[in-house]
Amino acid sequence: MPDSYFYRYDAHDRALVAERVAQFRDQVARRLSGDLTEEQFKPLRLTNGLYLQLHAYMLRVAIPYGTLTSGQLRALAGIARRFDRGYGHFTTRQNLQFNWIRLEDAPDILEALAAVDMHAMQTSGNCIRNVTADHFAGAAGDEVEDPRIWAEIVRQWSTLHPEFSFLPRKFKIAVTGSPRDRAAVRVHDIGLRLHRDPAGAVGFEVIVGGGLGRTPMIGKTLRDFLPREDLLAYLEATLRVYNRYGRRDNLYKARIKILVHEIGAERMRGEVDAEFHALRGTALRLPDEVIDAIARQFAAPALAARPARSEDVERLRARDRAFARWLAANVTPHRVPGYAIVTAALKQLGAPPGDASATQMDAVADLADRHSSGEVRVSHEQNLILPWVPLDDLQALWRALDALGFADPVAGRIGDIVACPGLDYCALANARSIPLAQRLSLRFGDAARQQEIGELKVRISGCINACGHHHVGHIGILGVDRNGTELYQISLGGDPEAGSTAIGEILGPALTEERTIEAIEAMVDLYLATRVAGERFVDTYRRLGADPYKEKVYGHRA
Amino acid sequence: MAKNLRGTHQIVTANRLSDGVVVFFTRSGDWSPDFNDAVVADDPAAAETLLPRARGAATATVEPYLVAVELVDGAPVPVSMRERIRVGGLTFPVLAAGASRYA
Repeated sequence: MPDSYFYRYDAHDRALVAERVAQFRDQVARRLSGDLTEEQFKPLRLTNGLYLQLHAYMLRVAIPYGTLTSGQLRALAGIARRFDRGYGHFTTRQNLQFNWIRLEDAPDILEALAAVDMHAMQTSGNCIRNVTADHFAGAAGDEVEDPRIWAEIVRQWSTLHPEFSFLPRKFKIAVTGSPRDRAAVRVHDIGLRLHRDPAGAVGFEVIVGGGLGRTPMIGKTLRDFLPREDLLAYLEATLRVYNRYGRRDNLYKARIKILVHEIGAERMRGEVDAEFHALRGTALRLPDEVIDAIARQFAAPALAARPARSEDVERLRARDRAFARWLAANVTPHRVPGYAIVTAALKQLGAPPGDASATQMDAVADLADRHSSGEVRVSHEQNLILPWVPLDDLQALWRALDALGFADPVAGRIGDIVACPGLDYCALANARSIPLAQRLSLRFGDAARQQEIGELKVRISGCINACGHHHVGHIGILGVDRNGTELYQISLGGDPEAGSTAIGEILGPALTEERTIEAIEAMVDLYLATRVAGERFVDTYRRLGADPYKEKVYGHRA
Repeated sequence: MAKNLRGTHQIVTANRLSDGVVVFFTRSGDWSPDFNDAVVADDPAAAETLLPRARGAATATVEPYLVAVELVDGAPVPVSMRERIRVGGLTFPVLAAGASRYA
């Protein structure tokens, strides 16, 4: 069981969470007895992550920067088994949702979470939400610095921050520590990208005003290089400006992206700088010793020296095509020679994306203990990651994941579909997401074909709130309701990664589910027929433009 | 959220406070998880009186609202997909295709 490379709650954290559990237990009791009306109670339950969906209450559990110990994953499995229907749903914000919760049980569930240093605070409401980060943090070969250190600093600063508990709208912050952006930092309210200045110092590019939803926008860089010690002062300055000028009169114009768009990046930068100059050097300054103390909590596990190449792996790769495909798709090079990062794809053929049963969660926790120093990550692409796997363990891990249904070689491919819960669960949705994802998964299930197609990000949202990140899918699919009929609007060319971030362009009129599947098949065929060497689906789309795709789908250049 | 499509008839639904289960306002002025127990208002005037009655009996339910239904072979069927899902449950099997491995 790991101990040294996770942030551990201190006495202050534990007291805070325990107090919140006790408060909520009392609030639930008063609601059930009728002392509180629903109008009075609703904001209280939402502030503890408890929503009311179509069929039951849904509890959204925060998984800070997507990092779990094996013990925490087992606790989530236990909650699924005892209080839910035996499974949970990993979300695009690295959280876990339980979909079949009883209000009566919610306080006991929060207590079970608190026992493993977890909670559901700030997973709802107009506050700073769970901070997300690169799921390969600490293990990625191209990393400048571990983003979890900074996500944790932001978590501590933002938890129950009194000034930012009633913002105009919810607020999402993402951190990446690598040039290859795996945290989609340009489509968050604030995105932080760690990099080095010419002198070699580490600091942040601060990107503000990105977001998806009804009005997708790519964030603007307000600071090219912010010294590390100034991070909290700059964040506080940005949030103050947003809190002061963000619109509260119109729900659809309340996010910071609208403010930045309306006043422009230059004025926004000026307003933030004015606040920043007043705050810089105050108690918000982060001295090196504070940063170092947090950083020590994320020190890598003690990894034994190993050969950079595993002969066993190479032998099996040469003779077993399925293993070779899995290596190519789901195994990522590690910064430490002799180790690998493994994606356990929660995308079993025909399964709801991101779902895992209690049995599967327990099994992954066991595999993490055996093969990954007891650590698991949740990716915003709804997969689980084992970040510290010795190369010599890959064969055994592959077989074990295959037995769980988590070894389909789909990571980054058309089978790695991201989908929100959609109308089957969600009170906000207009159309179902999961059944379409399942049908697409089955249609493109052939592993050899997926390998031939290569990288292709398919993202499905059941409504314009875009929890399925359809705007940044290479193929994005938005479910809509047209007079009681579910239809799906396709967009092409979206990209979540900084450096090439793009919002997809709507291809044409929305289609039925059946026609959507046929359209994707036709567009994939077009790509395969027209790509040039090295082009991904999205690259070919960018080169050719939309017309050939419109012609394929609609029979004319719409 | 398309739950107010036009239908020939109306019922009242809500979620049960204690566990969120979908319930329907009944002829006897109570709430039932069985859709077949729902009292059906067959004209706008009846629907107008049905919702206040349901709200008056809603201490153990959350946010009652009217749902448009149509009669199919004499039985009410919700007009919107959302409400059909609330009545019928998930539209996909929770278990994966390889269900034996998804214990």
